[in-house]
Amino acid sequence: MNDRLAVRKTYKLYVNGAFPRSESGRTYEVTDVKGHFLANAAWASRKDARDAVVAARGAFAKWSGATAYNRGQVLYRVAEVMEGRHVQFCAEVAAVEGLSASKARAAVDAAIDRWVWYAGWTDKLAAVLGGANPVAGPYFDFSIPEPTGVVAVLAPQQSSLLGLVSVLAPVLAGGNTAVVVTSKERPIPAVTLAEVLATSDVPGGVVNVLTGDAEELGTWLAEHADVDGIDLTGAPAGRAMEFEREAAGTVKRVVRPPATEPDWTADPGLSRMTPFLETKTVWHPIGV
Amino acid sequence: MTHVLDPDALPDDARALMAPLPPYDDVTRSDSAFRTFLHGLPGVDQVGAEARVAQLGTRSIKTTAKAWAIDTAISMVDLTTLEGADTPGKVRSLAAKARRPDPGDPACPHVAAVCVYGDLAGVAREALGDSGIHVAAVATAFPSGRASRAVKIADVQDAVANGADEIDMVIDRGAFLSGRYLDVFEEIVAVKEACGPAHLKVILETGELVTLDNVRRASWIAMLAGGDFIKTSTGKVSPAATLPVSLVMLEAVRDFRAATGRQIGFKPAGGIRTTKDAVKHLVLINETVGADWLDPDWFRFGASSLLNDLLLQRQKLRTGHYSGPDYVTVD
Repeated sequence: MNDRLAVRKTYKLYVNGAFPRSESGRTYEVTDVKGHFLANAAWASRKDARDAVVAARGAFAKWSGATAYNRGQVLYRVAEVMEGRHVQFCAEVAAVEGLSASKARAAVDAAIDRWVWYAGWTDKLAAVLGGANPVAGPYFDFSIPEPTGVVAVLAPQQSSLLGLVSVLAPVLAGGNTAVVVTSKERPIPAVTLAEVLATSDVPGGVVNVLTGDAEELGTWLAEHADVDGIDLTGAPAGRAMEFEREAAGTVKRVVRPPATEPDWTADPGLSRMTPFLETKTVWHPIGV
Repeated sequence: MTHVLDPDALPDDARALMAPLPPYDDVTRSDSAFRTFLHGLPGVDQVGAEARVAQLGTRSIKTTAKAWAIDTAISMVDLTTLEGADTPGKVRSLAAKARRPDPGDPACPHVAAVCVYGDLAGVAREALGDSGIHVAAVATAFPSGRASRAVKIADVQDAVANGADEIDMVIDRGAFLSGRYLDVFEEIVAVKEACGPAHLKVILETGELVTLDNVRRASWIAMLAGGDFIKTSTGKVSPAATLPVSLVMLEAVRDFRAATGRQIGFKPAGGIRTTKDAVKHLVLINETVGADWLDPDWFRFGASSLLNDLLLQRQKLRTGHYSGPDYVTVD
């Protein structure tokens, strides 16, 4: 008989490189698919979202100003640390998604590979999306992609790790900073990812992870005047249109949610990076 | 309540130039008498002061009370720029912001004053016109105060001649810390005289005074010498306006009015950057000295970045969603 007391965990948020409790003091129980208790998670409030946006705005200059090569190195380092937590991720994904051990392992492998794939894109975006433009005059003219700014990400509700990585990594690769609202029912792998980010080289504030309800936080993030873009992938089905309308008030870039959650193992292409990149075109006199 | 800038108020102030108000008119008769008086002031319980402000800081100010607090705080801001790189253009743009802090909302009140170096007071005066916003100038070899008295007096006269109607002077901390309290006193008296009709704010630079007991003594020196306001800091030294320091200075102001009948204003400056800090100060005022001081004539915030945060919070209350730094000016 094992008479050791269980260590019941109460996870916290990840904001500005620290792990604060929710300002509201709220937590909620997270269970596995069969309804067994897994852990308590912080239930983020609108003020946590506000603080997260301030943190993301503060981190933007440094992250977007880093060289693309350096950003790639930092993101690759995240994948390394994820690899070190492979067993933990597998157990958590299996528990929250109800997958078999082999399917959970496949999902975690795919998530880490996806992160590496996006890490490789940082210094190739400019070559693929930008370039020299032909102009009819004695000028040199070129276009370069630049990050949009602070992006709010409502992470997928079903795919707790692969889906999360698939929406977060492309935002970061372009040089944006992110405020992520995790899956409400399945937040545990996201919390572990936050611990990975905190112990890798990603500067504090570049990623802020809020566990809680996308329905509650979505409207505050969509209306927030200091958020430049919002990915509505994890928005509740009935609310996405409303969030999009609210986002229009401050002319945010919006990624609409698909009708049903997509197969995250499919090759994403550039479709998740380009929505949060602006193209800057510069005219430059030739000679001199 | 006579405004100090009112010419009719001058005879009262003129009396204050000569000797402290009764019952303290003899405490400055000699160096040792003054030291005995200042060291006889009740000691400050630092732990108690910190506990008191921590408790007051937990007050929750919401909805209509918050809206009132934000508007009141905006009307109390001394919008400040004190950089070596200040230009007439920057002062003019600051003056425009002082008149209409939120151009998108005509209901937003204007600030109390613009605070600049003395040589730019004329630019500020011209830009502010008849808006009712005061021009405050720092003088007396701000921020260190390390100059001879003649230079300090000339600095003050120059600022007043340029159009400043409020002078922010620094005390001689070197003299204070070496125990020459009467020198500090006499210098403030001399500066007050040089101010003429201008309002005098006395900066204690509490970050350099080390203890709260010293803060209380310096506050009394400034009030006895005829200062119209006592001000915490220059903003160039950290720590600046902490809440325990503000509490001690407010208690000094309260005790001084109780003893002499003369009301002195208070201005915390430096380190107040958020609406929350400002509201905590308003609570502290109300609970320590009372609502008589909740008026731009008696209470000011010396700040530059605070105004933007107040405006963001104001916009949040008005629109119902969070605003961002793109919606206020970059100063």
